[in-house]
Amino acid sequence: VIMAMRIRNSASRGTMMSRQISGLRSMSSWWKNVEPAPKDPILGVTEAFLADPSPDKVNVGVGAYRDDNGKPVVLECVREAERRIAGTSFMEYLPMGGSVKMVDETLKLAYGDNSEFIKDKRIAAVQSLSGTGACRLFADFQKRFRPDSQIYIPVPTWSNHHNIWRDAQVTQKTYHYYHPETKGLDFSGLMDDVKNAPEGSFFLLHACAHNPTGVDPTEEQWREISQLFKAKNHFAFFDMAYQGFASGDPARDAKSIRIFLEDGHHIGISQSYAKNMGLYGQRVGCLSVLCEDEKQAVTVKSQLQQLARPMYSNPPLHGAQIVSTILGDPALKGLWLKEVKVMADRIIGMRTALRESLEKLGSPLSWEHVTKQIGMFCYSGMTPEQVDRLTSEYHIYMTRNGRISMAGVTTGNVGYLANAIHEVTKSS
Amino acid sequence: MESVFSNVVRAPEDPILGVTVAYNNDPSPAKLNLGVGAYRTEEGKPLVLDVVRRAEQQLVNDPSRVKEYIPIAGLADFNKLSAKLILGADSPAIQESRVATIQCLSGTGSLRVGAEFLKKHYHQSVIFIPKPTWGNHPKVFNLAGLSVEYYRYYDPSTRGLDFQGLLEDLGAAPSGAIVLLHACAHNPTGVDPTSEQWEQIRQLIRSKSLLPFFDSAYQGFASGSLDTDAHSVRTFVADGGECLIAQSYAKNMGLYGERVGALSIVCKSSDVASKVESQVKLVVRPMYSSPPIHGASIVATILKSSDMYNDWTIELKGMAGRIISMRQHLFEALQAKGTPGDWSHIIKQIGMFTFTGLNKEQVAFMTKEFHIYMTSDGRISMAGLSSKTVPHLVEAIHAAVTRVA
Repeated sequence: VIMAMRIRNSASRGTMMSRQISGLRSMSSWWKNVEPAPKDPILGVTEAFLADPSPDKVNVGVGAYRDDNGKPVVLECVREAERRIAGTSFMEYLPMGGSVKMVDETLKLAYGDNSEFIKDKRIAAVQSLSGTGACRLFADFQKRFRPDSQIYIPVPTWSNHHNIWRDAQVTQKTYHYYHPETKGLDFSGLMDDVKNAPEGSFFLLHACAHNPTGVDPTEEQWREISQLFKAKNHFAFFDMAYQGFASGDPARDAKSIRIFLEDGHHIGISQSYAKNMGLYGQRVGCLSVLCEDEKQAVTVKSQLQQLARPMYSNPPLHGAQIVSTILGDPALKGLWLKEVKVMADRIIGMRTALRESLEKLGSPLSWEHVTKQIGMFCYSGMTPEQVDRLTSEYHIYMTRNGRISMAGVTTGNVGYLANAIHEVTKSS
Repeated sequence: MESVFSNVVRAPEDPILGVTVAYNNDPSPAKLNLGVGAYRTEEGKPLVLDVVRRAEQQLVNDPSRVKEYIPIAGLADFNKLSAKLILGADSPAIQESRVATIQCLSGTGSLRVGAEFLKKHYHQSVIFIPKPTWGNHPKVFNLAGLSVEYYRYYDPSTRGLDFQGLLEDLGAAPSGAIVLLHACAHNPTGVDPTSEQWEQIRQLIRSKSLLPFFDSAYQGFASGSLDTDAHSVRTFVADGGECLIAQSYAKNMGLYGERVGALSIVCKSSDVASKVESQVKLVVRPMYSSPPIHGASIVATILKSSDMYNDWTIELKGMAGRIISMRQHLFEALQAKGTPGDWSHIIKQIGMFTFTGLNKEQVAFMTKEFHIYMTSDGRISMAGLSSKTVPHLVEAIHAAVTRVA
């Protein structure tokens, strides 16, 4: 009775019910041992930027496109597609493999409009949750069906690649990629690693606009890489997150993939519409695996679906509808291609502007790499300490690996940015 | 070059989604799809709620809306409103900031993310799930790395709850084991514990320090009342203990394909909840980085407008009401036909599904002879029935029961 009274008297803001329950021990949390997780190195930057009250602040952190006023952009073709979709969709479940229409259009972009592989139905393909989701599904598939395989990942790479293959429990290895001295490709290092990897190894390749460095192999180098892959029977998995966004020409940006296809490789591809259609938050993408024949493609697709079902059952509808509405209408598709080129051109223009500004300031360093590199990101070569100074002294936000998102650079802030970079690097 | 995947064999059709595939391939005009759980109107058409259409228009007409990545944990207002919806606006757990809520891809995604979090951070990796349960449950938990055990749930002889068996099996579970509970409208059986039985279950679970993981896929859809359908969850949270909750808006807001849901983890303290949320984000980032914006925006638009919220509750009552009346209709028609057997479970069970008690052979017979499509466990989706099609179903059931053992 005394115990019961003590419990009753030590009433917290909780309800009556807990006092009446017999046998309820005072329990501590199951999660006492849970440590606070570190902030995501990329997404944490935007959080910090948003929290900064300075009027001069510049966000060149996360890779989302901004127009010359620093504003996010929704493409006109997307707005029009949404107007057509609103009020007409029944929001029913998509199949596990997603929207067939969207997938078909997406394969055409990667493999070519008249691809024999599409005609021969040799591609196992499913709609995915953007590029992340495609990579994760592939990693899970690789783990399930090639459990002894490893994935070779370039150094450096998008940080989430490591998380993806780790959570899929696939062993990771690395290969040389970026050459800090030249701020370009370490081609001989790359080729050595490809040669020395055990036969039949799995490699992650960035199809174009390497993230975070912006450094891509030349066409010739891609051909050599492909030949060496053939000799070693390696599997090439392409992450293509920037098709169209890099050069402004989708066919050109898919060149690496087309070379591998010509050479007979059975590749895998992750495609994303986050950047090139500005559909970031919609999470739309596609995973494809080129197979020996139609029968195997059906088989592989069925197994990819088995991995999707216990993850999210079927993929989200809206983004897929936007993509198929645009790509399925020649006029809208034409508009899209124009708008992609505008985005790519603006970034190329900003690269030139930044480089020229730095040179005009009399920087002792070479900034050639700013215009040689391609895509959304510039690997500036700045150290973490220099980046920290940019943030604390100039309210410029970027990831500590020195990666600048060129999409965040505008005619309005390029001078300020160049000046700040010059100040923190001029004595190095 | 030979494929590196030439060892891959063809996966079997999903047992639930495969039913619709078979139905679509059937040319018969009399065919009836009672397979997958998606609501249909009296006319057999899918339904987009009026509030959803209004929310959609609002979103598309707002030129300030952008498509940027939303945070890893999803839209903040969606998360707050979802927690309120399941826990009640006056929930102390919410007021004390003890709830970590993360937007996920509908119920499936919420379950998977929760399970992966448990695998990484919880001291027990076994989860007890009811027998039977939704076919995808064991796969979700297995792929997250949990081991699956079953507790007795459905009693075929009564077509009701095997309450004794349930208490025995959960009573024998190791301390700390995770327990999956269907918050209401058990899928596939439609059999729910009474509130007295829920209270006993709660006491047993707390006394054995078992960890409840609620799957709430039908809030509002079962009885027509959002609060009634949340009762089981709320009594657990009210006792101050911890639990996980997977919420889906697929059925109750008709947002099936948009994949909208939320995982809530109710913790002992706000400090713990905040750490837990940070760790759940680490599960999400390598899975899909951040959840899709569209469906959650629709939900948030509706839940934050009191007019739209009220209109939603009315439409929800309409859907639940139609299903309840179909139950009544089917039951009365079987009585009138004189079909052998006790069919009262049809009106006793609740939610979208009825576990008819028909066996595999009878189901196959009904498909072949009457073009009725349902899962082979005898589950029918009441949402797929209308007053026009009830007679056809009754014919089929009658024939199956009298001609097939």
